[in-house]
Amino acid sequence: MTEARVGSFGVYGGRFVPETLIPALEELERGWREALADERFRAELHELATTYAGRPTPLTLAERFAPGKRIYLKREDLLHTGAHKLNNALGQAVLARRLGKRRIVAETGAGQHGVASATVCARFGLQCVVYMGEEDMRRQRPNVERMRLLGAEVRAVDFGTRTLKEATSEAIRDWITNVETTHYLIGSCVGPAPYPELVAELQSVIGREAREQVLAAEGRLPEAVVACVGGGSNAIGIFHGFLDDPEVRLVGVEAAGAASLRSGRTGVLHGARSSVLADEDGQIADAHSISAGLDYPGVGPEHAYLRDSGRAEYVTATDEEALAAFRDLARTEGIIPALEPAHALARARDLDAELVVVGLSGRGDKDLAEALAALRPDGK
Amino acid sequence: MRKALVVYLMSEPETPELARAAVEGGADVVELGFPFSDPLADGPVIRRAAERALARGMRTRACLEVLARTRELVPDTPLVPMTYSSIFEAYGWERLAEDARAAGATSLIVADLPAGERPELRRVQLVAPTSTDERIRLAGELTDGWLYLVTLAGTTGARGEVSPALPGLVERARRLTSAPLYAGFGISTPDHAHAVAGLADGIVVGSRALQAAEEGPSALRAYVASLREALDEA
Ligand SMILES: Cc1ncc(COP(=O)(O)O)c(C=O)c1O
Repeated sequence: MTEARVGSFGVYGGRFVPETLIPALEELERGWREALADERFRAELHELATTYAGRPTPLTLAERFAPGKRIYLKREDLLHTGAHKLNNALGQAVLARRLGKRRIVAETGAGQHGVASATVCARFGLQCVVYMGEEDMRRQRPNVERMRLLGAEVRAVDFGTRTLKEATSEAIRDWITNVETTHYLIGSCVGPAPYPELVAELQSVIGREAREQVLAAEGRLPEAVVACVGGGSNAIGIFHGFLDDPEVRLVGVEAAGAASLRSGRTGVLHGARSSVLADEDGQIADAHSISAGLDYPGVGPEHAYLRDSGRAEYVTATDEEALAAFRDLARTEGIIPALEPAHALARARDLDAELVVVGLSGRGDKDLAEALAALRPDGK
Repeated sequence: MRKALVVYLMSEPETPELARAAVEGGADVVELGFPFSDPLADGPVIRRAAERALARGMRTRACLEVLARTRELVPDTPLVPMTYSSIFEAYGWERLAEDARAAGATSLIVADLPAGERPELRRVQLVAPTSTDERIRLAGELTDGWLYLVTLAGTTGARGEVSPALPGLVERARRLTSAPLYAGFGISTPDHAHAVAGLADGIVVGSRALQAAEEGPSALRAYVASLREALDEA
């Protein structure tokens, strides 16, 4: 009975998984609490963040991208492996070692979390299996090659949507089957408790740094913090830095065809109750986005909670708007963003706020083929 | 004592006739899958059956109709819908429990709702080899009629051998609860049935039963009868 309340965010969250996983989730929860209380764990993470991952990441003023505004970019694209996903993967790998797990299973959509997982497994000598939908393997080819070079086994998921939703289901099925030896390195603030809370904590370094950096640069807090929302981990990470500053607007940007918060209903997907794209019978609907990392019909339960409480607001950007922002940031700032944060950039520039911090969650190398095919041949 | 034989079928328009054939073959309980788009506890056979059923429009209301028609054809056999939390969440937890009962359900199974969550929902609880003693005791207290022993860490689907984890699980469960113990996951052949009958009070067959059902009622009847015979000989 107590489990029902563990890791809940209002009416959202919980542990909706087969019984086989419950003891593993309880063990993970205990291990996580112990690690958080352990000075050595924090020190090890800090050491890895600074000497291996490249933290802190800079805050860059994007003057030419948004003339007349002060838009700052929190540069997770400059983190090792090219996206914020490494913050979470490093933390969970250290945790997995504390729990004595030598095998890691992960899902990936854009491939950034798969690359981050493969990277930390190489770094710590762990076995790594990554599930990825066939459609995503096609559109994020470079990341498939990176994962393989790093020594991970990439398993294609060839049924259903062939994207992140199915890859996540298969990763969970693998975990159910190999739970004694395996840690499930989930890639966003989704899944059964304690994952949403654990991933948010590991990503909140983004928001802590951004708050300090914007105060140092401007001497005041921003009017708004804007981030893209797939499962919601980069957004929750940057939001956490500003949650207690009620004057700062928190704006999450979903892909228009994958707007779990804007168009979803309360449902259960991948172990948690949250806002999901589903029909009236509770069958999960297909999401559609040019960006593989946002192409997911669920979202972390904490975002559903922040939406209902009014603390955060959620808006959408279309494929076309994201592509335009993708091209414009490249042309005006010399920074090629990933298609995921391009959604945040698209909304940030027309937001009625002057001083804005945008989570630039990753770099766009992985998206070149997909974006160039969608943009006209002259890049327009 | 007669060992119980539980047969899983996916809800489709043909299911009432299949359920009758299963009962004629010797099934004591019929589980009726209400398909879900993302069935985490299921392996490929049941997942594909769910995809097909959904493609044929088997949403919750249609499944309840199949349940009611099955009840007409097999008036005396316990019928147990098995599904996932998302289906309950959308339909309303209490309302679905009530409507299922009204349509003839004897109990319920929710594959992703572990013991302790929603204790007010009367259902058959599941335990697994990974379950702690404390959780087996809790599930035993809360369960409705019998306790579902998941024989292995894994998803549904036929396996070559009976899981080596089963004897240990049965032994622990016997100590911790007086509920009848029915073992499922990976059980598919008369040999398996015979072996498990020496340990548990019943067996649940799913994936292989669906494959037999593909070939129609008489194939399913013959398959179920072969399991019945193996159980009765044990
Ligand atoms: C660069 C980048 N940003 C954002 C996301 C979306 O994930 P989340 O919402 O968890 O940050 C991804 C996912 O793959 C990504 O690669």
